[in-house]
Order: sequence, then C-alpha cells, then structure tokens
Amino acid sequence: MQVEKFSYDNQIVKQFTIAAITFAIVGMLVGLIIAVQLYLPDLNLGLQYFTFGRIRPLHTNAVIFAFVGNIIFAGIYYSLQRVCKARMWNDFLSQFHFWGWQSIIVCAAITLPLGITTSKEYAELEWPIDLMIAIVWLSFGANLFGTIIKRREKHIYVAVWFYIATFVTITVLHVVNSIELPVSLFKSYSVYAGVQDALVQWWYGHNAVAFFLTTPYLGLMYYYLPKAANRPVYSYRLSILHFWALIFLYIWAGPHHLLYSALPDWAQSLGTVFSIMLIAPSWGGMLNGLLTLRGAWDRVRDNPILKFMVVAVTAYGMSTFEGPMLSLKSVNAISHFTDWTIAHAHVGALGWNGMLAFGILYWMIPRMWNTELYSKKLSNLHFWISTLGIVFYAIPMYWSGIAQALMWKQFTPLGVLQYPNFLETTLQIIPMYIIRSFGGLLYFIGMFLLVYNLYKTAKSGKFIKNEETEAAPIENEQDQFKRGMIHRWLEKRPVKFALLSLIVVLIGGLVEIVPTFLIKSNVPTIAAVKPYTPLELQGRDIYIREGCVSCHSQLVRPFRSETERYGEYSKAGEYVYDHPFLWGSKRTGPDLAREGKKYPNVWQYLHLEDPTQMSPGSIMPKYPWLFTQTLDEASTPVKINAMRSLGVPYEKGYEDIAIQDLQMQANEIAKDLINNGIPAEPDKEIIALIAYLQRLGTDIKVNSSIIK
Amino acid sequence: MISEYLSRLEGIEIYPVISLIIFSTLFIVTIIWVLKLDKKYIARMENIPLDVTLVDKSERIIFQNNAEIKNETEK
Repeated sequence: MQVEKFSYDNQIVKQFTIAAITFAIVGMLVGLIIAVQLYLPDLNLGLQYFTFGRIRPLHTNAVIFAFVGNIIFAGIYYSLQRVCKARMWNDFLSQFHFWGWQSIIVCAAITLPLGITTSKEYAELEWPIDLMIAIVWLSFGANLFGTIIKRREKHIYVAVWFYIATFVTITVLHVVNSIELPVSLFKSYSVYAGVQDALVQWWYGHNAVAFFLTTPYLGLMYYYLPKAANRPVYSYRLSILHFWALIFLYIWAGPHHLLYSALPDWAQSLGTVFSIMLIAPSWGGMLNGLLTLRGAWDRVRDNPILKFMVVAVTAYGMSTFEGPMLSLKSVNAISHFTDWTIAHAHVGALGWNGMLAFGILYWMIPRMWNTELYSKKLSNLHFWISTLGIVFYAIPMYWSGIAQALMWKQFTPLGVLQYPNFLETTLQIIPMYIIRSFGGLLYFIGMFLLVYNLYKTAKSGKFIKNEETEAAPIENEQDQFKRGMIHRWLEKRPVKFALLSLIVVLIGGLVEIVPTFLIKSNVPTIAAVKPYTPLELQGRDIYIREGCVSCHSQLVRPFRSETERYGEYSKAGEYVYDHPFLWGSKRTGPDLAREGKKYPNVWQYLHLEDPTQMSPGSIMPKYPWLFTQTLDEASTPVKINAMRSLGVPYEKGYEDIAIQDLQMQANEIAKDLINNGIPAEPDKEIIALIAYLQRLGTDIKVNSSIIK
Repeated sequence: MISEYLSRLEGIEIYPVISLIIFSTLFIVTIIWVLKLDKKYIARMENIPLDVTLVDKSERIIFQNNAEIKNETEK
C-alpha cells in the first residue's frame, strides 16, 4: 500500500485559538460591566455607547459567536484534519474564513454600541453584516466538505457528523431569520411581523443554541474527551442514536420560548412535548461522555483537563434537563421573563461551553507546541475558581428569578397585588445582582490564569506550524464488515449524509414554520389597530436602537397577576404592524405593552431624563442624549415606503406628507410639555420616543368594546 | 386567542400527529440500524481518534492510526 506524506495545518488552529481567548476576555468583560450596571447604572459613564441596552447584545454576541465560535472553529480544524487524515482542503479558504469571521466580530463590536441593531436576539447584526456572515459561513462549509471528500480515512467519525449537521442547519437558520428589507445601509425591517416574527425568531433563537452552542460542541466532546481520557467513547452505537435523535428533535422545540404568548396553543404544546422528549438524546450524549471515563475516574483526580471536561458534560446534563422543565407551562409561568432564564443560559454558557473550551485548550496547546503544560497547579486553580464562579453566578440568579416571580404573582387576602409597584420587586433582588457579578468576576479572573499558563506553555515549546504525518489513501477494498450495510454506505458519503441531515432538520423546521406562514392570512386585523404614525414609527426605531427590549417586554400574558398589573392581556391582532416584534424575553423593568397614556407626557420626559426622579431607586439608566440629539426626520418617507411594501396599509402618497404629520404631532407633544413647565424642543429624539411609548397598547384600550 | 383562528385552518390537527409518527419511526429505525452494526466496525470507528493498532483474530491489522506516535518518537 502506497503511503502518502502530508501535513496538518496547525497555523489556522493557532489563529482561531488566539482569537477565541482574546474575545473570551472581551465578551466576559462586557458581561461583567453590564452585570454591575444592573445595580450601578451610572457605570455607563453617561455615554450612550456603554449603556446596558446597547452593550448587552455585544456581550451575548461576543461570547456566543466570538469566543465559542472561534473555539468551535479551532477545535474543528484540529480534529477534522486528524480524523479525516487529511490537511484542510484549501489553505486560502481557511484564512478567508478566519479573517472574515474576525471582521464580522469587529463590525459587531462597532455597530452594536452605535445602536445599529435589528433587536432580534442573537441575530442583532444588520443586513450588510448578515451578508458577510453568509459568505464566510459558506467558505467554512466548502472547506469542511472539501476536507471530508479528500480524506484518507474511509469512515467518517461521529464528531464529523455533528460538524456537518452544524453547518447545514446554521445555514438554513441564518437565511430564514435574516430576511429583512433594508431601508438604509444600517437599518432594515424584518419582513415578518408580530406573531409570525416571534415564531421565526424563536425558531432561530432556540436552534442557534442547539446548532451553534450544542451540536458542534458535542462533536468536539466526541473527539477531545476520548483523547484526553485516552480511551474510546463509551458506546459508539449510542453516539449514532444520540446524533440522529438530537438533530431531529431539537428543531421542533422552539415554541417553548413563547408559552402563554399569543402563539397558537397546539404549537406551544408541540414545543413542550418535543422539549421533554429531548431529554432522552441529550442525556444519552451526556452519559456517553461521562461513561467514557468508566474505570478511569482516578485519573480525573490529578488531571485538570478531565476535570474541566467532567464539569462541562455535567453542566450539559443539568441544563438539558432544566430546559425541558422550563418548557412545562406551569414552570414557565414562573420562570419566564425572570433571572431564572439567565441562570439557565449561564449554566450552559459558563459550564458547558466555557469549561469544555478550557479543557480543549489545555489539551491542544501543548500538543501543537510539542511540549508539556506549563503548570498543572495553575490549571487546577483555574478549574476551581471558574467552578466557584459558576456557583456564585447561578445560585443568586435562581434565587432572584424565583423570588421576583413570586412577588409579581403575590396577592393580598383582599385580592389586590401585594407589590403593585414593579420597582419594589427589583429592589429586593439587588443583593443577588451583586453576588452574581462577583461570580462573574471569579470566572473572569480565571481567564487570566489560563492566558498566563498557556503563554508559558507556548514559550517552553516550539510551534509546529505544519505537522508532518503520513497515511495510506482510501482503497476500493472489499467491505470487511458483515452487518449494517446501509449505515456504512451512508456514513462514507458526506454529501448524501449532509442532505439526509438537512431533510431530518427540515421536517421539524417545516412543521413549525408552515403553520406560521398560514397564520399570517388568518390573523384578523383588529379594526381599531392602526399603523404607527410617522413620529411613533421613528420613536419605535429609537426604542430599538437603545435596546429597550433587553429589559422591557411588550407582552401581557393571560394571568390575573399580569392583567391586574398591566391591563388587558395581549392579542395577536395587536402586533400585525410590528416589524420587527418587540415582545422581549426578560423583565428587568415592567412590561410596556399597555404603557400608552398610563402616565402624562411630562412623566415620561422626566423619567427618561433621570428615572430616579419619578421612581426613586430605579436601576434604569438615564438617557440624556435623547434630549440633545435631533431626530432624523428626513428618513421618514423611506421608512413609510418600506413599511408599505411589507404590507402596512399606509395610503399611496402618504410618504409625501409624512414629515408634515410628524412635525405636527411633535409640536403637540412639545406644547403639552411646555404647558407643564418643561422647555421641550419638538425636533428632539425624546419627543418621538414619548410619542411611541404613549401609543403602546392604546388601540384596544380605547376601543375595548371592539375586542371580544 | 389566535388558536381559534388557527383551528379553522383545515387539517391543522394532523400536524402534531404526523410529528409524533415521523419521530417514532425515525427513532425505531435508528435503533434497529444501530443494533445491527458489526462489532468490528464499531471497534474501528470508536478508535479513529486514538493512536492504536487494531488486529483481528488472525492478527491481521484491521485498523492502524499511529500518526501521533510518530511525533512522540521524533521528540
């Protein structure tokens, strides 16, 4: 047999590794800052660019796509070459992928603080960046398949299946969720509105967690855990079952993010049922990981890499058990909109994604530099400090989430809300926010131990840029195995395999999405619900820019505790002109769906100038720039036109008089403010925002008789 | 609520039923598939990431992966 000599590309792995560590520090630092801002809102230094609403998406994007994303790519580029016994297909594509991905991250880091956002969670980046993501992602896919096709190992290891499924599904998710209509270079409107937009967004949001934070990571687990433990995975059969059941089930479960919302009941139930079923493959995977260490648990004691991996896999098991529990309606009624969700997300992010990333780094770096890890003691310390960090992070968040939810729902014996003032419930949980930021700080400090340790490790060795190796090419030998023909046939054919994965994923996707598209024509427009006025539309865009949706929901659930506090529960027909929807997923402040006309204009004005003027103790930041920045009136006609082409019934030619209408309404509000002793100018952004806030939920409040 | 509007869509109730049937079928087929796999094949697959040489009863090499051993000896 002719043996071929070739080399593995370690350079690209090194690049992604450095990027991952750098952005981990950035992402965690921003996370720490916003955690502290929740009790010290002035930490934004009075600058709009550092305000919670704008940098919260920076934190989530940095951690998910920059830190975890780069780790995934580093891990894939390292393991793929070795299980395929082939160098990456095309070095140029590797570099294009690397630099492309980093430029996307830089663009995100610039645009998000500037308030350029679509407001859709984990998909905040505006349309030009969406296009960049698509191109770079496809280059990764081409390289992935190119490598698999020219591999020297006939059989494709299970880790690679997970990589393929990741590529295929993320492509579909990104395309469907990013369909938007550009109105300018940095502004677009989602083509979906209201309920439909919500469904598409959470179909995406849920599956971004599934196929960006989970499946590629499971692939990494199936490679690095056996490597670190130096033994094969516990059950390869289980891993096959794990793979197919997981990718099939995950995609169905999206609606569990929208329980008790205006989403159809059967879709909510479907989300719940599939979430519960999801426990089976998730735990199958977790047990497969943990049982790989059967008979080798003594090694965990003195091997910090295995410690990291064990905690990671355990955290995976915990959060994949918790997730289905949270999708039970009765649990969700308590957990939704509270810090419980934050705790859940961080057990996954800090525990599963973070700890596995650290384990992989401690394992991979010494090998690429052909040396030993500099200090086992330091990595042990890192392990303990980050584990403690997770504990200090998660417990206070569970505590505050449950405590606040119970306060929201508490009635007195006379049947009125015990805590009618939302702020009262917030002030109760401030101590928890302080402890949480301490947990985050511990985890953040751990990163520096990792950086120092790995830097010293690299210094002590010599980087192998191209790792020379050899292997025989695939021969057309007779299949030497007796049973399981179909499976082996499929598993050797990556393109057909990818197609089958796509079909499996699409079945779930379609069942969820098709009714969504049918819904559109079946939501009767409520006669009283009218399109936004030009000024309100501009105000809404400011609401989006400032990221108000990070802390304020616009969805009153059908509970007595909510209708008592906020008013009539939300109807699907109320959102038909909302491109994009702004339901939100967290209530750090009260719901705003029925905010309109609740308070006079002057209250809103003073509240936005300094929230503590109207609500002493409020943790909402001040918005002084809204009072000095002039509203961009000139963009109004384009926005009206865009909305009309998305189906909002503005009359033909309305764009010509829209600015006039806008100024008229602005003057009215300014006059009202002046009458109340406020020297307001009608052309400032604050006026537009007040106009929007005063409109919220008023359509059916005023005309309540129209609604059944 | 919107569920009422949706329930007017013809045949919508079939969706959850179809979903369950499709999933159960896929799950059962996969289990059968997995159980029918050859032991030697499994042994080979699960060892792909590791540096090992696998031999069959007659000591014939069925799988060899010693890429990293080579690097170790070069050290």
